[in-house]
Amino acid sequence: MVKVFGSGDHALRALDDVSLTIETGEFFTLLGPSGCGKTTLLRCIAGFETPTAGAILLSGRDFTAEPPNRRPVNTVFQSYALFPHLTVAQNIGFGLEMLGRPRAEVAATVERMLALVKLEAFAGRRPQQLSGGQQQRVALARALAPAPQVLLLDEPLSALDLKLRKEMQGELKRLQHETGITFVFVTHDQEEALTMSDRIGVMSEGRLLQIGAPREIYNHPVNRFVADFIGETNFLRGRVAQDGLYLATGERVGAAPPSGARIGEATLAVRPEQVRLEGPGDPGSLSARVTQTVYFGTDTHCHLHLADGTEIIARLQSPPSGDVGLAPGAEVGVRFAEGALQVLGD
Amino acid sequence: MSARAKPFSVTALPGFTTVALAVFFLLYLPIATLVVYSFNDSLSIAVWGGFSLRWYEAAWQNAAVQEAAVRSLVVASCAALIATTVATMAALGTTRRGRFRGQTLIYVAINQPLMVPEIVTAVALLIFFAAIKVATGYQGLGYLILAHSAFCIPFAYLPIRARLEGMDLTLETAAADLYATPWQTFRRVTLPLMAPGIAAGAMLAFVISLDDVIITEFVKSAGQDTLPTYMLGQLRRAITPEVNAISTVLLAVTVLLLTAFFLLTRKRG
Repeated sequence: MVKVFGSGDHALRALDDVSLTIETGEFFTLLGPSGCGKTTLLRCIAGFETPTAGAILLSGRDFTAEPPNRRPVNTVFQSYALFPHLTVAQNIGFGLEMLGRPRAEVAATVERMLALVKLEAFAGRRPQQLSGGQQQRVALARALAPAPQVLLLDEPLSALDLKLRKEMQGELKRLQHETGITFVFVTHDQEEALTMSDRIGVMSEGRLLQIGAPREIYNHPVNRFVADFIGETNFLRGRVAQDGLYLATGERVGAAPPSGARIGEATLAVRPEQVRLEGPGDPGSLSARVTQTVYFGTDTHCHLHLADGTEIIARLQSPPSGDVGLAPGAEVGVRFAEGALQVLGD
Repeated sequence: MSARAKPFSVTALPGFTTVALAVFFLLYLPIATLVVYSFNDSLSIAVWGGFSLRWYEAAWQNAAVQEAAVRSLVVASCAALIATTVATMAALGTTRRGRFRGQTLIYVAINQPLMVPEIVTAVALLIFFAAIKVATGYQGLGYLILAHSAFCIPFAYLPIRARLEGMDLTLETAAADLYATPWQTFRRVTLPLMAPGIAAGAMLAFVISLDDVIITEFVKSAGQDTLPTYMLGQLRRAITPEVNAISTVLLAVTVLLLTAFFLLTRKRG
């Protein structure tokens, strides 16, 4: 699918040849920085934008030319977009009412939805009288009430504070599990994506860079962008050879390359939690010097200078005393956990 | 370190309080006098002769006043209805989209009655309607209603546009997402949300029409006095406190409607 905004020199390819299949009942997340096209893709699925080229199929049926009100798809908006002149119950019942369902059925479904999002006591309130988290749950209930084939969620948690956000993440997973509806979730928060999704599609500049399960995306990123965007990563200049992985400075740092990796110069990536510290000069370790340590509570980040000046970070679990005992200037040995080194494409 | 300079404030100027009080005095004293003397038991409008409701009674029983009042209400109601309908459509057409070519021109065209001197519009309408009257022979209230509708449009348009501009467009997207057809979206979401603006516009249009003298004076046919033109006619002959009584009633109606207008256009807290 392609979506171009504007024309001529000002044309913006918001979606550049994106092709994607989402399975029924899946929790699929579109992840990327702002402006990467993830929201445009969502709006195309909902019908608020018409793709410049390509098609949108739902259970095999082509919906590309259908207006939003004829698509079995509902959206949870970033701003919630609750109708301020209607009560919570009327908001939730709106979709079913527009579908012309009988009054009794609408009432019963609204009842069920209110219970599902635990807002039974608020049925008669107006949205403005609710807290942000409660409004969020009304928006969810309203979008779920017509039992859509797909629920689209456009950064629905971004307006909530951290504690509420964590709570809603669990809530969303529960709702998805209970309703069995396919969720397409858009976020720029990599942690949110990793904890909630069955699969993640990472986007940048209108392109889908990688699609995979959270573990796959995290442990086997296809390129530097994905590795950098999801979690923290140390990048090392290195070389892939028949008999192992080498740093540019010549030290052998890993076992035989994974099959398919090209022989030659490459960027190697390793997650900070896979960097092990040992005594200086331990056989097989790289020598490094501590430049600073940053305390994060559960972990401590240890910034290191390798012999060639490359800066890397090791994430160490904080000991009970809270002090990892590494002063700036200390000499240490660095080793990477078995299989932790990834060879990245461009 | 020098003390932080105080921002300029007009309230800090010497004599501000005096000037403000004088202005309010000049604005409200004549109106207060008018109201007080409407309850005057004397024939003269300048000498106090005790409290009485006799001028209200006299006005209430005066057939000419009754007729003019009914005519005023009919014209104002019809004009407010037409002007508000047109203004609602104009507001929808000018706000539910991005900027477009000729937007300023359209704003100016809609608000033309606010800028063109009323006497010019009055003369223009007089000549224009005279030609139609000759051609069709129709002499009814239609001319007054049309003329009033025309100059009431901007008064109805401005509050409706203000209301629409403050409205979140995502709400309409959300309605479409929830299976509402474009008509249902308008009927169930857009219209209820703009209703306070429409009501405010209608009230303002009604008050403006009720109060008009110049255009009415030029456009009306013989025997089509509205309340204001009737009062003007009375003042040309003998001034009686009956006019005070009518004015006080008009004032009360206007204050009532304008209070409702401000309540409706006030931002919700």
